[in-house]
Amino acid sequence: MSSSDKSVQLAAGASAGPTAVGGGAVAVAAPPRAVRAKRKRRKGIGWPARLEIALMTGPTLLVFVSFVILPVAVAAFYGFFSWQGYGPPQDFVGFRNYVLIFQDATFIDALQHNAVIVVLSLVIQGPAAVLLALLLNRKMRGQTLIRVLVFVPYVISEVVVGTGWSLMLQGDGAVNALLGRLGLDWLRNDWLSDPGMAIWTLMGILTWKYIGFAVILFLAALQGIPDELTEAAAIDGASYWQIQRRVTLPLLGPTIRIWAFLSMIGALQLFDLVYIIWGQYVAATAGTSTMATYMVANGRIAGEYGYGNAVAVVLFLISLTAALVYQRFVLRRDTEGAITEART
Amino acid sequence: MATPAVAAHRPTRARRRLAWGSPSVYFVALLLIGVMLAPIVYIILGGFRTNAQITTDPAGWPKPWNVANYLDVLGGEVFWREVVNSTVVAGCTTAGVVALGLMTSFILARYRFRGRGAMYSLFAAGLMFPLTVAITPLYIVVRTIGLMNTLPGVILPQIAFAIPTTIIILVPFLRAIPDDIQEAASIDGCGRLGFFWRMVLPLSMPGVITVAILTFIASWNSYLLPLFILNREATFTLPLGVQAFASQYSVDTAKVLAFTSLSMVPALVFFSLFQRRIVGGLTGAVKG
Repeated sequence: MSSSDKSVQLAAGASAGPTAVGGGAVAVAAPPRAVRAKRKRRKGIGWPARLEIALMTGPTLLVFVSFVILPVAVAAFYGFFSWQGYGPPQDFVGFRNYVLIFQDATFIDALQHNAVIVVLSLVIQGPAAVLLALLLNRKMRGQTLIRVLVFVPYVISEVVVGTGWSLMLQGDGAVNALLGRLGLDWLRNDWLSDPGMAIWTLMGILTWKYIGFAVILFLAALQGIPDELTEAAAIDGASYWQIQRRVTLPLLGPTIRIWAFLSMIGALQLFDLVYIIWGQYVAATAGTSTMATYMVANGRIAGEYGYGNAVAVVLFLISLTAALVYQRFVLRRDTEGAITEART
Repeated sequence: MATPAVAAHRPTRARRRLAWGSPSVYFVALLLIGVMLAPIVYIILGGFRTNAQITTDPAGWPKPWNVANYLDVLGGEVFWREVVNSTVVAGCTTAGVVALGLMTSFILARYRFRGRGAMYSLFAAGLMFPLTVAITPLYIVVRTIGLMNTLPGVILPQIAFAIPTTIIILVPFLRAIPDDIQEAASIDGCGRLGFFWRMVLPLSMPGVITVAILTFIASWNSYLLPLFILNREATFTLPLGVQAFASQYSVDTAKVLAFTSLSMVPALVFFSLFQRRIVGGLTGAVKG
């Protein structure tokens, strides 16, 4: 690569010569030529370029539109029908599916579980991840290894995590046995099926699985903070914690806000872990069902595809509203900054 | 003038930091690692035990170590078939995402044409449509075009849903290649497509690798889409296989644990090979 770089530079250096000699019409040196080329590109593009654009974006657009945009449009359409999934939908029911959704206590429960999961994810994982990132940002031996190990649960599939944890958390599973051995019998619990406990179990597993992602994001941001800032604060007599609170945390702000956005959307869409650990029916009684598991149970498994699509639309609108509100009030200045930064 | 001052400061600061309360830091770090790894260790060790051992003492050590479960799984056809399926799906998805994403990002980053902004917004809007939301209608679309129970039925939607992130990550990368290089290349007789092959591809490699790794791991672990599309056991990918195995052998806990731990090996190997890239790549992605 370095040799090709060099040849390009050589060519750029040499280009002034031939062009200047080149002829009366183009009797200008390199810089004006660049300007001219730019102007030409802006004015209009030739057929070869149009062909290139079509060839290189066409397949992407085709795949993207048919598997992302079309299904979402289709969902909005089918949501107005009572439809079992075969033949063209004919039984138009207007907004009845939507009315039914919001009259169904099971859905309202699921919605509440989602809300609890969103809030608890932010409240538990956020501060914990910031503290862990600060800890791992300190210079210590085995730093790289620790960072990698923290990230491991994030890399393992939800199915493996779900299968493993549900075996460990069974009434006669490893967690209760371990607590018994440590003499903590009063802590033994019906982790998965006790309705008062299950949502906390779920939060524990979610935190374990996803905190590594937050920690890595925050660590990356911490390393972007110039040492000079914290050093200056230290010279001014600030203690370690004062520096973290007054200097590091504000600079970590944009990353924390973007993480919170991703975490919020992820929590609203949560499906895999709940479905794997609690199955399609138990989730509702254990108090861990989410909008997505409700959608799958009452849509595809029940054979009511029209209804399932309506739930998908509701889930989408809720996520979209949350995303837009968050972007409007929290993220705006960050994205503005990111865009200007990316351009320079 | 600033540089030597900083350089002089660094060693003292490092020494001070190491000295300050480092035992407690190590203690917390060790505790953290213990919590993060314990469930994984439990799954792996559980595979080395027998069901009798697990029933009498769920939290115990393998005693004696028993490799029959692992040999059973490795000797069976099911596990390997699912490994192949998962590899095909993740490999094709990654290749497709990289090829399509790179070409489209190149156009979006370096061509000026009417509708460019609209096209970028269209792809960016894709970030708002998560797979979970689209899964029911997506299932209908895949069924309509006759790709049910086929691996392409999983691959194509996965490519489509990975494209927005890919474009968001790659466009700034490609835009950052200075115009001068393109000018110079064109003077050298290199057309726009030649520029793409000879300059853009090598220069955007770090971004491409990040995208590729993230796509591969996401695809390897994906559950919801295969759950909807693949109903025949012959087409199962590993996540579906693990779940099917777990319900089929629900009494044989040790064997389930062996199967589960073997199924995470490829992802772990892949991750440890590329961990530096993943952790570094996330930094790049976030900084935009």
